[in-house]
Amino acid sequence: MKKEIVNDFTIEVATVNGTGSQTSNLVITKAIAHMGIPVGPKNVFPSNIAGLPTWYFIRVNKDGYLGRRREVNVAVLLNPTTFAQDIPRIHPGGAVIYESEYPVTGTAKREDIIYYPVPFGRLASTGISDFKLKKQLTNMLYVGVLAELIGIDAAAITGALRHQLKGKEKAVRVNVDTIEIGRKYARENLKKQDPYALESMNGTKGKVLMEGNTACAMGALFGGCTVAAWYPITPASSLSETTEDLFEKYRKGPDGKKRYAVIQAEDEIAAIGMAIGAGWAGARSMTGTSGPGISLMSEYVGFAYFGEVPVVIFDIQRIGPSTGLPTRTSQGDIFSTATLSHGDTKHVLLIPSTVEECFEFSMLAFDLAERLQTPVFVMSDLDLGMNLWLTDHFKYPTKPFDRGKVLTEEDIKKLGQFERYRDVDEDGITYRTYPGNAHPLAAYFTRGSGHNEAAAYTEDGVAYQRVADRLSKKYETARGFMPESKTDYVSGAKVGIVAYGSTDQIVQESRDILAKSNVKTNYLKLRSIPFQLSPVQEFFDKCDKVYVVEQNRDAQVAQIIKLELGPEAFKKMHSVLHYSGFPIPTESVVEEISGKKKKHPPSQEILAHASMEGGE
Amino acid sequence: MAEIKIPVKSGIVNRLGLGIDAYKGAVSTLCQGCGHDTISRHIMTAFYEYGIEPHRVAKMSGIGCSSKTPAYFMARSCGLNAVHGRMPSVATGAKLANKDLLVLGVSGDGDTAAIGIGQFMHLMRRNVDMIYIIENNGVYGLTKGQFSATSDPGSKQKWGAVNQYDSIDCCAVAIELGCSFVARSFSGDHKQMVPLIKAAIAHKGTVLLDIISPCVTFNNHEGSTKSYHHVQEHDEPLHAIDFIPYYDEVQVDYPAGTTKKVDLADGSHLLLKKLDQDYDPTDKIRAIETLAKSKQEGALLTGILYLNPKKTLHEVEEITNEPLYKLTEKELRPPKEAFAEIQERFGWGA
Repeated sequence: MKKEIVNDFTIEVATVNGTGSQTSNLVITKAIAHMGIPVGPKNVFPSNIAGLPTWYFIRVNKDGYLGRRREVNVAVLLNPTTFAQDIPRIHPGGAVIYESEYPVTGTAKREDIIYYPVPFGRLASTGISDFKLKKQLTNMLYVGVLAELIGIDAAAITGALRHQLKGKEKAVRVNVDTIEIGRKYARENLKKQDPYALESMNGTKGKVLMEGNTACAMGALFGGCTVAAWYPITPASSLSETTEDLFEKYRKGPDGKKRYAVIQAEDEIAAIGMAIGAGWAGARSMTGTSGPGISLMSEYVGFAYFGEVPVVIFDIQRIGPSTGLPTRTSQGDIFSTATLSHGDTKHVLLIPSTVEECFEFSMLAFDLAERLQTPVFVMSDLDLGMNLWLTDHFKYPTKPFDRGKVLTEEDIKKLGQFERYRDVDEDGITYRTYPGNAHPLAAYFTRGSGHNEAAAYTEDGVAYQRVADRLSKKYETARGFMPESKTDYVSGAKVGIVAYGSTDQIVQESRDILAKSNVKTNYLKLRSIPFQLSPVQEFFDKCDKVYVVEQNRDAQVAQIIKLELGPEAFKKMHSVLHYSGFPIPTESVVEEISGKKKKHPPSQEILAHASMEGGE
Repeated sequence: MAEIKIPVKSGIVNRLGLGIDAYKGAVSTLCQGCGHDTISRHIMTAFYEYGIEPHRVAKMSGIGCSSKTPAYFMARSCGLNAVHGRMPSVATGAKLANKDLLVLGVSGDGDTAAIGIGQFMHLMRRNVDMIYIIENNGVYGLTKGQFSATSDPGSKQKWGAVNQYDSIDCCAVAIELGCSFVARSFSGDHKQMVPLIKAAIAHKGTVLLDIISPCVTFNNHEGSTKSYHHVQEHDEPLHAIDFIPYYDEVQVDYPAGTTKKVDLADGSHLLLKKLDQDYDPTDKIRAIETLAKSKQEGALLTGILYLNPKKTLHEVEEITNEPLYKLTEKELRPPKEAFAEIQERFGWGA
């Protein structure tokens, strides 16, 4: 056997969806975290309930780089349909644990990997007596085999099981027993020949494993959202469901009644309508959706922009256009959302790149929506939203809510006047009143049709232009409220990388890999649209060549930067684009920037496409 | 174009000390003689007479001639003129944010029965505490005379085309979906409309008022089933309606055999005086049957078709009595312990 490779490899588990393998995969993930080893899973699942292929990638990395790597080192292949397509993805020197009944022929036959055949079917029928739990428990057999081969310790697995099964001891015991069957088989029949191994370390203390959608829901809770309306859609549903769970637990009044409303609407148009109605009436309100929902909300978003109604919209991006790949990740909604709806519109987008930023930007979104009186989008994606990410504990928010410019009855009494759309402060942001304000001058009419400063209907082109120009001014004011782009300059570096959202993590790793081969890079992480211009301009000035890394086909943010900075910046720009629906792998950035771009066999990028056809 | 005149003598005020002027709106831009302006007048009269503080009212509408009208009454109430066919959702959201608002939705037959039928139906299911008025003229006015989904089959367009499609009866749909108060009236029937609107204010839950409101420009000709002439000819009131507000201490005597007293949520009462038939508006099956029969006969039944209080959205959802928009950080942001507890859930059993 070669030299051991410890705490630095990727495990792949290929199964058929609907068989309950998710629990096993989570137990493996949590057990590794339990051992103190940084771990990052990626669930690649079909848009289907049962019967189609599903993959789970678990990256372990002692240095804490947990973005996706193209390289797979240890594979557990338990889907006969994709077996021959999954094998070629394994890195030379890697290992495969598989059902011994599968024929190792054709593409499944390789000389450069280690084969660990296991009679899972036979072990299940002879070893698991509980008929009712057989299907689920069968998946625990591979946990045992894998644990034995790579060295996941038993205490860690028990701890993970307890956490996963919420402390139900009987269930934990049954699972432990089944895992032991797998372990025993491996111990007695398989000879470890691959180099991949785990060793306990101290790399996960003080951290949690959380999905971005959960963090966004926490942001809604601590950001003071009281009305949420939504319509089910992958990959955004868990955001609203978790929001409702958290509200139910932490947002009841002394009378035991809800201090919130979460409504499942009849469609996304109704969902955004309810959120806008609530925002108009003074509540902090939100809706969570994905691309198709954003398209449906388009008209109402234009209304809220023009009528200046605060509302927060979460877009957990998935592959489009149209239905696209509903369960695959993308950053493909940025450009269209930045100008969503007909006519001249410009929107405020916050782009979190970590789970922690999902939490912080969600809270910030509620402040900004009310401060700017406009829709604010939180642009997450499926990878960030639905996968578990190892993250530090969040900081408890201490900043008070910013409710923006609101006049009370007393205020108007003192002022003696009120006009809803009068730019008193000359920052483009006008004052509003909450409906129900008793002052006779407080009421106003919100409309999507042409209006003047007094909120009265008008078809006067000059009055319309005044409003349109003020909205542009407000957008410029908004820049100052946006989270600043994060930059990291390396002395002597002339190559720059710009990235945003879930791409951030692989860029950080790519830079370290490039640095080892003496390619120095500067980095700018964009965190919002619009952005503060000077840091971005300065970045382009300091670099000779700037790679903009994005997970979409059309270089959407590169186009926005071009619009903002002009042709000089554009001349320096090179796009690194990735849009297979898989999270972007580190290799793609390293290879592009180091000029060693390889042609990868399609099986490495797009999984078993033939077998996925026919499913919705 | 004219200010909508209300026949009240100057110097007279309601129980709040407000004159009718406090209930007026901007000058209407609708056609002279439009049924919608008459409805606006009934709304102002009802809110003025009942004595509702204008600032408590939120006027919500969609798009179309009808949806313009909230600008023409009660200027001291906030209003929101939403996108086409989507008023129910913003109205729902506004009510959720501030349950103290008296939400008054105004829509048309195109806005409700065509582009907005989905949101309309779901609003009826939810029983949001609000009033929903359809100003129903069977025609698209702003876009100049196309048929709407409430045009009756056989009804003639201004230029002679005959509607081939069956019409949607919004009242029947609302009753079927569980709306708790469903009535139909005619814009020209002041005596029926004003007490109906007052009853709508007094009711808790969704009130659907489907008001036939003739379009003088595009749908008032011979052969139209929504012309003034046709409606007057075919109007069959189910009962005569009297409204007694809760604050009115006057004891009303009424003949029990011919008059039915209906209690409303805020303590007000309705007196429904029997006319040709003995109609019980609390019987759902009977209501649907009666509507279907009248449709067959070409009659226009007006009055309270269905009234059966049930839990509102707020009650079903068990939402607190404090208006949500008033809650501050103190009530909304859970303490540090909760913050830690939530994050604990996302560990791994270490």
